[in-house]
Amino acid sequence: MTLQLASSANLALVLLPEIVLSVAAMVVLLASVRIQKAEADATDRARSLGGLALAGLLAAAVANGWLHWVSPEGEPGMITLDAFGLFANWVFLLGAALTILVSFPYVARQGLQPGEFYALILLATVGMMIMAGTTNLILLFLALETMSIAAYVLTAFHRGERKSAEAGIKYFILGAFSSAFLLYGIALVWGGAGTVDLREIAATVEAGAGFNGLVLAGMGLLGVGFAFKVGAAPFHMWTPDVYEGAPSPSTAFMAAAVKAASFAAFLRVFTEAFSSLYESWYPVVWWMAALTMVVANLIALTQSNVKRMLAYSSLAHGGYLLVGVASANEIATASILFYLLVYTIMTLGAFGVLMIVSEHGESRFQVEDYAGFGASQPLLGVLFTIFLLSLAGFPGTGGFMGKIFLLQGAAESHLWTLAVILALTTVVSYYYYLRVAWYVWMRPAPAGALAAWAPVSVTAVLMGCAGVLIFLGIFPSGLLNGALTAAHGLWLRGLDAGLSGLVR
Amino acid sequence: MSSSYLPVLILLGVSVANAVGMLVASHVLNPRRPTPEKEMPYESGMIPLGDTRARFSVKFYMVALSFIIFDLETVFLIPWAVAARSLGWQAFAAVAVFTGVLVVGLIYEWRKGVLDWK
Repeated sequence: MTLQLASSANLALVLLPEIVLSVAAMVVLLASVRIQKAEADATDRARSLGGLALAGLLAAAVANGWLHWVSPEGEPGMITLDAFGLFANWVFLLGAALTILVSFPYVARQGLQPGEFYALILLATVGMMIMAGTTNLILLFLALETMSIAAYVLTAFHRGERKSAEAGIKYFILGAFSSAFLLYGIALVWGGAGTVDLREIAATVEAGAGFNGLVLAGMGLLGVGFAFKVGAAPFHMWTPDVYEGAPSPSTAFMAAAVKAASFAAFLRVFTEAFSSLYESWYPVVWWMAALTMVVANLIALTQSNVKRMLAYSSLAHGGYLLVGVASANEIATASILFYLLVYTIMTLGAFGVLMIVSEHGESRFQVEDYAGFGASQPLLGVLFTIFLLSLAGFPGTGGFMGKIFLLQGAAESHLWTLAVILALTTVVSYYYYLRVAWYVWMRPAPAGALAAWAPVSVTAVLMGCAGVLIFLGIFPSGLLNGALTAAHGLWLRGLDAGLSGLVR
Repeated sequence: MSSSYLPVLILLGVSVANAVGMLVASHVLNPRRPTPEKEMPYESGMIPLGDTRARFSVKFYMVALSFIIFDLETVFLIPWAVAARSLGWQAFAAVAVFTGVLVVGLIYEWRKGVLDWK
């Protein structure tokens, strides 16, 4: 069906998933104060509010699916309706849903306030969806803040824990700092190009009509802001501490969805607005990608705390994704989208098992605590091994196919050195992932260790995640075609604006 | 275009020079005879009572936050109210949604017990 964008009611339809999700967040908040009066049991409260939040996510997913059938007509506003944004929305919705699904026992056991927790996850997801869909830098900034402020609160959500509060403060201060960079970059781009619309910026830059120096400076600051948010190498210092101190479900959500949203916005801005300046920004992204991959993987080797190791692993995956940004072609963009989806599934799966081993609390993160886990919980041990192998990029898993497509994108742009660094650091990463698997299977449990427990629902979700990862490792083409369509749309619009800088 | 901003630039220069000049002149010309009273932090003439990092009950912050939210609401509502007739129903709908979201927040706050001063 076609949608006339001239009418403002139809513009609201373009935002339907976001609107549905915002309403769901408000319903969850109001329900939480109602249930609080009813004095229900903590587990029941977490379950019923989480169920409401999941229903909201499902409704938003239906709306997002419906938008695939809609073809807009006429001048879009600040939000575009394109396959890229819709694909990114799937990643965010999946990340939020999996976070809620695997964290039920954690939320109940730790006495986190479930209403606020789930409402914040939904609101952060709204911010992410707008980030991926907007073509206006000011709206991008607002959406980024919507997401970030929710993420700061989620980090500090464990009010009684010193570490959580510390992580929240660190994240807040550095996050505000990076937002300032981003905003200053937007101001300079506006000063140079006279507009904050991505396509108009692209047209102005291509025509050489603006002040090029200001646009370049603004682009640099925007790049710094995004690098902070995605945790690229010289700007990654906050990540390990924040990821380690935050409650495990928040860490999982940040490592998966927040990172994916930052990458989606990074890609959209640098593809749609600045692709004719590719020669200026690609060396910077090149070095950031190389540094991130090397630094994150080397430091991860020495970690004995599994949660911290997963934090560095998330940084390393950010480095692999930056290879795709530096490659800047259709295949690379599609591979980033593919990788983000796979990465979301495998990271949330790994964190799901981590929460089980740590007894749904903030203890037992050391690698020694995994000794004998495979013997006492064979099924969860197998699932955990699949997630670790996929994170390492073992053939037959989704993580492997994602890396293959990233390498293909890099080869398309002749970035051979970066491709070699990607392959070598992947080999290095096998050590720290497989070390955990070795403890799971090869070490006997110490005497007197308690067996970890997991509800059936969590085990079922983790089984689903592992199944999808293996399916994507063997039959990746369906998802890849979707990602290619999404990437094609993004690049096509870049070319429509008269950009030729990338066709080399 | 840029020449029309020249007076602003001159004003900026004069005010900066004025401020810096006063500070520097008083620093250079002023005779220094410190006494313990003069060295104390200035709190409008009162003798300081204790540490600055006193702890307040969280209730004060709740009230302050609610105040800021509804104070900012008026910042959006008054300009709309002034031009409501010419802006039409679309603006009315937007403002209604905005106020509705704030009302949800108010209900949440109320049921959470923030407004009870206990």
